[in-house]
Amino acid sequence: MSLLASAASPPAPPYALHLLQASLLVLTLVGATAVVLTRQPVRQVVTLSIYGLVLALLFLSYQAPDVSLSELTIGAVLLPLLLLLTLAKLKNSAK
Amino acid sequence: MTPSTRRLVVIVALLGTAGFVVWGLTGLPPFGGYRGPYGFRINAIAVAQTHATGVVSAVNFFYRGFDTVGEEYILFIAATGVATVLRRLRGESEAGTDPQELDVPPTSEAVRMFTLGLLGFVFVMGWYLASHAQTSPAGGFQGGVVSVSAVLMIYLAGQYLRSRRLSPIDLLDALEAAGAGGFAAVGIGTLAAGAAYLADVLPLGNHLGAVNSSGTIVLISLLVGVEVTAAFLVIASELLEQTLLVGGER
Repeated sequence: MSLLASAASPPAPPYALHLLQASLLVLTLVGATAVVLTRQPVRQVVTLSIYGLVLALLFLSYQAPDVSLSELTIGAVLLPLLLLLTLAKLKNSAK
Repeated sequence: MTPSTRRLVVIVALLGTAGFVVWGLTGLPPFGGYRGPYGFRINAIAVAQTHATGVVSAVNFFYRGFDTVGEEYILFIAATGVATVLRRLRGESEAGTDPQELDVPPTSEAVRMFTLGLLGFVFVMGWYLASHAQTSPAGGFQGGVVSVSAVLMIYLAGQYLRSRRLSPIDLLDALEAAGAGGFAAVGIGTLAAGAAYLADVLPLGNHLGAVNSSGTIVLISLLVGVEVTAAFLVIASELLEQTLLVGGER
């Protein structure tokens, strides 16, 4: 219901929205660079998870709440989990 | 080819590519500009035709329902592939399910309290999303992945064996097949009713925005929710099992 209500309320002033979108785009750039520059796999998973969160916010700011919801769970939770499990498996078999 | 000539060739190629990219970018429509007639047509008729106030869901599950069937089968086949690749191989042995034997790191009390407390809310949220595709930006896919994170919270709380008991692989396989098959079956049902594939043949209800307001859309969304939950849980359980229970060559 709250989603419907917010859709009916007047839109935010364009400059505020543009400022939000611009800062999220910059954060996306910074985040992606951070993921690439993190060399240690386990830490890279953590930066990737934060990057997923930033992407979810970016999608939300471009009025795609449905994509944002999926990205939030897939990018910030499920993908890091699968990667961590794989890393743990590799560590186990190296023992 | 010497390294310096190779560098020269690469630089020329990169400059050429950059030139083409910039040339292409200057010809793009303005940011946010939309020229397709299809979207405006859908916006004009979707709510009246399907009674779905979440028009994205109306497109996903009704106007382009056939595309969504294909997408769902991509996920179905991916989960099947993971289950096949990660099955217990010859030479691998499964550790006992005695918690003492397992190499599970201990979890702090704070994490346990927090995740076990949130568990119920997250699960309800997942099914709220899956059942309200027609009235909100939610949908079966989003609802499905949210419910998966609820089950994974049990694992996060250090209760891996309990989460395994809660989501037995055979049941997950059956649920996954039921979700994927159910979607296709709804389409065949609409054909049997004498309409087009995935046409909205169920009654549309009287109230815009009610759960039962948009015929087959809510049914398909729930089936997608079941399929997505089961598919991701199959993938996650197979990986958990590989990591925690299956040893290498002994």
